Amino acid sequence: MSIRKSRNYFSPDYMNQQKEKDKSYGLHPLDGYLKKDRIPHIWCPGCGLGVVLSSFLRALDHSGIPKEKTAVVSGIGCTGRVAGYLNMDSFHLTHGRAIPFATGLKVGNPDMVTTVFSGDGDLFAIGGNHFIHAARRNVDFNVICVNNFNFGMTGGQAGPTTPTEATTTTTPFGGFEHPFNLPAVAAGSGAVYVARWTAYHVEALIRSLEEALNKKGFCFVEVLTPCPTGYGRRTGQKTGKEAMKYYKENSRIEHGADPTEVSLDQDEIIVGKFVDREAPTYQERRGEIFQAIRKKKGVE
Amino acid sequence: MKPDTYFIDGNTACAEGAIAAGCTFFASYPITPATEILETMAKRFPEIHGSYLQMEDELASIAAVIGASWAGRKAMTATSGPGFSLMMENYGFALMTETPCVIVNVMRGGPSTGLPTMVAQGDVMQTRWGTHGDVGVVVYCPGSPQEMFDMTVEAFNTAERYRLPVVLLSDAVVAHMTEKVVIPPKEELDIVNRKKPKNSPEEYLPYCPDEDLVPPMACAGEGYGVHVTGLTHDERGYPSVDEKTQTFLVTRLINKIRKNSDDILKYEEYKVDDAEIIIVAYGSVSRSAREAVDMARAEGIKVGLLRPITLWPFPEDRIYELAAKGVKAFLVAEINFGQIVYEVQRCTDGHCPTYLAPRMGGSIHTPEELVERLYGINEGKEGSN
Ligand SMILES: Cc1ncc(C[n+]2csc(CCOP(=O)(O)OP(=O)(O)O)c2C)c(N)n1
Ligand code: SF4
Ligand SMILES: [Mg+2]
Repeated sequence: MSIRKSRNYFSPDYMNQQKEKDKSYGLHPLDGYLKKDRIPHIWCPGCGLGVVLSSFLRALDHSGIPKEKTAVVSGIGCTGRVAGYLNMDSFHLTHGRAIPFATGLKVGNPDMVTTVFSGDGDLFAIGGNHFIHAARRNVDFNVICVNNFNFGMTGGQAGPTTPTEATTTTTPFGGFEHPFNLPAVAAGSGAVYVARWTAYHVEALIRSLEEALNKKGFCFVEVLTPCPTGYGRRTGQKTGKEAMKYYKENSRIEHGADPTEVSLDQDEIIVGKFVDREAPTYQERRGEIFQAIRKKKGVE
Repeated sequence: MKPDTYFIDGNTACAEGAIAAGCTFFASYPITPATEILETMAKRFPEIHGSYLQMEDELASIAAVIGASWAGRKAMTATSGPGFSLMMENYGFALMTETPCVIVNVMRGGPSTGLPTMVAQGDVMQTRWGTHGDVGVVVYCPGSPQEMFDMTVEAFNTAERYRLPVVLLSDAVVAHMTEKVVIPPKEELDIVNRKKPKNSPEEYLPYCPDEDLVPPMACAGEGYGVHVTGLTHDERGYPSVDEKTQTFLVTRLINKIRKNSDDILKYEEYKVDDAEIIIVAYGSVSRSAREAVDMARAEGIKVGLLRPITLWPFPEDRIYELAAKGVKAFLVAEINFGQIVYEVQRCTDGHCPTYLAPRMGGSIHTPEELVERLYGINEGKEGSN
């Protein structure tokens, strides 16, 4: 499905559907997806996490995938708390291990539409090895990476996506390391779907997430997200609004851009859908081979 | 393998035990001396519609196993010391989230890379206290290929019945030794499956235990919307980071094992009834110890063997009873510098001395060297440990 085709988000049909849902759920059309008794959440004022979460829920809602068949897996961090607010099968793992857990869950029950929802530190510092291997295996699940350029939960330390020059609590004089260009890591490791958006690009993000939910194989969506408390206040984006304004003014959409050329150390932020290709999934390949073996051995 | 009598090694028996117990998910990372377990699983799984995954490391192996367990599968991983060390954090996660699964650790010489191909028993206390926090654990220690089969089945049953990760703590000798193994027909195997909730998703409290302190388990895709977290959580499974919830939860997790320990505990005795000296040995060493008992008895020393099959729960009451009854001494033979010996010493409560026959790894005790120690103890020539 191309991004263009799924652009019926505001169609009358959909709006009517939403109205029906409003009646059954109460105040907000997405309430049914949340554990309402766990709200208010712990996130700071101006944090972009709410935007990413509601975009995911809108995408899920629009996709028509029943929430009983949806699993969300998070690691540790502010982003890792997403799982705990969802009214569906949701798992809050140890730091870095959301992806291998999701691998076991998905292979164990292939009916579950599984999404890993976690932070840049969780997925690419402590969990980086799992990310590249899951992409290589092409296990059928999605990874949403909330990239807020730092370790938010532990108080704003530098991480594998922190821009070199940024000052953080552990790089008080600026850093010395080069950050990952996440779409290139994902594409280079074998992901079949790779996109980057910011918390400002809500509509496109929703469509992208819906595509990922519907697509077979390992799909990766990076979302640049304001973290005023941990990151912004030391790097000139003191409020969520300032970060959003920055994303708005400095982003350029370029679908199909070469992932190796979208690193964030340039003047503009390149967003868009970079990779959307077909490849047999881990389950498909294994299914075929196992079936052939069973046939050969005469077992059912 | 079809029910029959076989001549196979301990690792193959372990893999077959897992399959017999209903294991259909296996994830691990190759390591000596556990590799034959993976290889057997890889070969056997297509026929049984199982999922075998060779993961990128042991951190991933155990995480995948926990994920598969929450997908409703019976799941296992197998490793040795270096990999077991990597698993410690998620071992605790599985204990905290009450995830049934089985972790096989085939012990080799440590610390560090140590003696990859040779035997040791240095990971005993790691299975008990290796993960951070206070936990209640169950650890089986098989002493033969037959027990590799039987105790793997048992480990799955205990994992499912009490909802926890169970460790099968084997060693390089038991794992690589080839012996007669009987695989019984399905009807003769007692297979336990986890309790499922009987109430509706609206009424279901995922961490509200029954009388046995074990909560029924709803898995992903069953419509219960389970939330699973390693954070301290209340009966709804919601994180609740406060002292009261912590006390309530951790107490239950520990009591779940303590209060059911009579049911879980397993040990074997050999010529203990009239024994004046009792050897305590487990795993491969118990085989030499048994021989030593007979050799010493032929010389007129009344010796018996107490072989813990579960290291946790530990046969505390039995050792206390024997000590209080007037046993002259305990001799603990283990391939480390003293781990279970302190447990035995604690259980004797000062009634008699406890001696240690240590070994640093690489080989098991010979019966002769144990008999030598028994002579010394019998003649009162040994200072207390
Ligand atoms: C094994 C381990 N090491 C360290 C931590 C401490 N820790 C908690 S969250 C976190 C960083 C999370 O960063 P990120 O994934 O970017 O999430 P964010 O809070 O920014 O959303 C760290 C290091 C931990 N929980 N576990
Ligand atoms: S620290 Fe940053 S990421 Fe965490 S809740 Fe606050 S603003 Fe959001
Ligand atoms: Mg972060």
